[in-house]
Amino acid sequence: MKNPRIRFERDRTVWIASGKVELGQGINTALAQIAAEELDVAFERVRIVPPSTAHSPDEGYTSGSMSIQEGGKGIREACVQARAALLAHAAELLGAPLGELAVDDGTITAKNGSSVTYWECAAEAGEAPPAGAGVKPSGPAKVVGKSAPRIDLPAKVAGKPAYVQDMTLPGMLFARIVRPSRPFSKLLSLPELGSKEVNLVRDGSFVGVLAEREELAIAAAAKLRAKAVWKETPVPEDFHAWLRENVTQRSVLKEIQGEKKGVKALRASYSKPFIAHASIGPSCAIARLKDGKLEVWTHSQGIFGLRHELSIVLGLPLESITVNHAEGSGCYGHNGADDVALDAALLARAANGRPVKLQWTREDEFAWEPYGPAMALDLEAQLDASGNIVAWKHELWSNGHTNRPGRSPKPALIAARHLEKPFEFSPAIDPALPPEGAGRNAIPLYDFPDLQVVKHYVRETPRRASSLRALGAYGNVFAIESFMDELATVAGAEPIEFRLRHLKDPRGRAVLESLRKAWSSWSKAENQGHGVGFARYKNIGAYCAVLAEVEAGEVLRVKRLVVAADVGLAINPDGVANQLEGGAIQATSWTLKEEGRVGATSWEDYPILRFSEVPAVEVNLVKSDSPSLGAGEAAQGPTAAAIANALHDALGVRVRNLPLTPERIVRAME
Amino acid sequence: MTELEVNGQRRSVSAGPDTPLLYVLRNDLGLVGSRFGCGNGQCGACFVIVEGKAVPSCDTPLWSVAGKKITTVEGLAKGGELHPVQKALLAEQAAQCGYCISGIAVAAAAFLADNQNPSEQQVREALDRNLCRCGAHNRVVRAVLRAAEEMQA
Repeated sequence: MKNPRIRFERDRTVWIASGKVELGQGINTALAQIAAEELDVAFERVRIVPPSTAHSPDEGYTSGSMSIQEGGKGIREACVQARAALLAHAAELLGAPLGELAVDDGTITAKNGSSVTYWECAAEAGEAPPAGAGVKPSGPAKVVGKSAPRIDLPAKVAGKPAYVQDMTLPGMLFARIVRPSRPFSKLLSLPELGSKEVNLVRDGSFVGVLAEREELAIAAAAKLRAKAVWKETPVPEDFHAWLRENVTQRSVLKEIQGEKKGVKALRASYSKPFIAHASIGPSCAIARLKDGKLEVWTHSQGIFGLRHELSIVLGLPLESITVNHAEGSGCYGHNGADDVALDAALLARAANGRPVKLQWTREDEFAWEPYGPAMALDLEAQLDASGNIVAWKHELWSNGHTNRPGRSPKPALIAARHLEKPFEFSPAIDPALPPEGAGRNAIPLYDFPDLQVVKHYVRETPRRASSLRALGAYGNVFAIESFMDELATVAGAEPIEFRLRHLKDPRGRAVLESLRKAWSSWSKAENQGHGVGFARYKNIGAYCAVLAEVEAGEVLRVKRLVVAADVGLAINPDGVANQLEGGAIQATSWTLKEEGRVGATSWEDYPILRFSEVPAVEVNLVKSDSPSLGAGEAAQGPTAAAIANALHDALGVRVRNLPLTPERIVRAME
Repeated sequence: MTELEVNGQRRSVSAGPDTPLLYVLRNDLGLVGSRFGCGNGQCGACFVIVEGKAVPSCDTPLWSVAGKKITTVEGLAKGGELHPVQKALLAEQAAQCGYCISGIAVAAAAFLADNQNPSEQQVREALDRNLCRCGAHNRVVRAVLRAAEEMQA
């Protein structure tokens, strides 16, 4: 049987080629479950082949919470087809009618007891099943829908090699790059290196070092960085004001003409800052250029898009480049994984065919990873005499939320614009609606009789920006759901009730209603408050409502989060809970602490939530057999709004600019 | 040459005396379970146990640990069996990307060696030097408490 996505090995394992990549979200485990289910083999036998442009299907980017929907579908179809082909062949071998064959853990048994295994008949089986053959009888799922343990964790917990950072190739050199911690246009001067052990590589304003030992490369790069002089580019002090003054294009995302017959009008402005991915392990890649062929290992979300762009920048034909995915530290969107791959490839040109491992430093990562863009938002609404919303307007100002390689004719990779012969800057853009980028979730899921949603796209960017978990949904949902509470207060309505009044979507209503018990069982104490936030991610993905309980002392402390979600059929319920809980905790960190200032280089400049600050989190999945929906990004916006609303409940102050730092809270109280 | 005692074995390495221990472990001794995170002791991904204390190996020069007892995440297992903390981390599925988890396992093992019956709050405070970005904190805390119980049994 020749199926490019499935391979049966002698040791009775099954290898599945996936186009989606493991980012720390546990996708390989869920995809293995799908394969085990459809093939009728034990989950433990399934292995996922690390994706590579050399042999994997091109399923685009692993992004947008689409891996179960897209990657799962591809694997499911391939497995269904393979199973049918294997059964058809087994029927011939066993001389038994197809309809009388049973499959258990890859062993096909006929009624008379004779049997053959997948592994025995895979080589001879046809490529595709005869028409109508071997359709799997429907029955209760055995593997899918149950919490399988993550297949990658045992090695990681034991400290075995697991990441691209841990890879070693024969003859490998260690590399570091030299970049300033602020945006720049040109390298003006570089000191002498004065070392025979370290090889300096320079192409225009792109600089790196190569050494036999890692500590030598580190020391040399530090020495160069300390004395190099760069022509820095100016960075506006107030990003949000700057966005409003530099609009490239205004577009109306949605408009419903109503009567605007409200008796009370409300307006409010919100904002979110640049936010870092801030993964614990900085980006890392290995590159080898030998005999005109480039091979790269990196933790990119899109190996084909990256290959395309490497081809443009390096002037190599596509077929001379192989990009392999190797796992990195947690990925929450478009981080430095693509940029570090180009950096490594540029350095590999000076390595005489030897492989080069480039590890970005923490400083490189904070300075050059593409941050989630800052956004400014204005909301406006009218309430009628009974306290119902009759008109709603949402305006937003933002850079584009995707600057991924391969999506624009010009390369988006950082080093491309620093070369002796530089490539023109490629600005971040937004995908069309849905899912949109900056405008993601700008259109409320609520039913308002009069509605206008306007996006002001800003092409130029003061700093590198691209996709971060939930993209514009984090800012938009924070604003919408904060504003809903502001309106509920004016209308004298209870927050959950007020939302339900404006929401017809039955699945959305069910998720919100599931929070009622937690809402009403809470008891008020001094400086404590609770609040909710809700959204359906992208308006077509998972439904998520979050309840936050906070205590406002010297700092705002989130004590507890209750996350309710409808993700359709959960392939791996514990995996879904882990993603939602992780998303909610990360969003708590964004909301309480994080603001990406240009020039940040360390965890001191960019603090994130620590163990003793993390809230208790309870995740409740609404049971559903609807098609599976990705869970990784659904909690981000609702969590932010729930916390801001809980703060208001605790202290009576409304903070509309993220993050909710003590300084901002005090300012709002004054 | 510098003499080290790593995971109960004597090792001698030729790296310069100022070389951070992390690169000696990863590049000279092939012990890649200690991960690079920040290079200045702020994240905990590279923690190792030196004479009973969890320290950042990225910030520890080789000369300062010469002759001292060093335990890395690879050395937590005894007789082919994972340390109770590692077992509990798996039982609780306490990771997403797992990049921070070996440093956390090391920190928790060092902590539990001195605190047999910790409270949840003590566990959280003990792990405050370890950063996790995926949001696996609560699962990790449950795992450490579970390990504490199992180590007493």
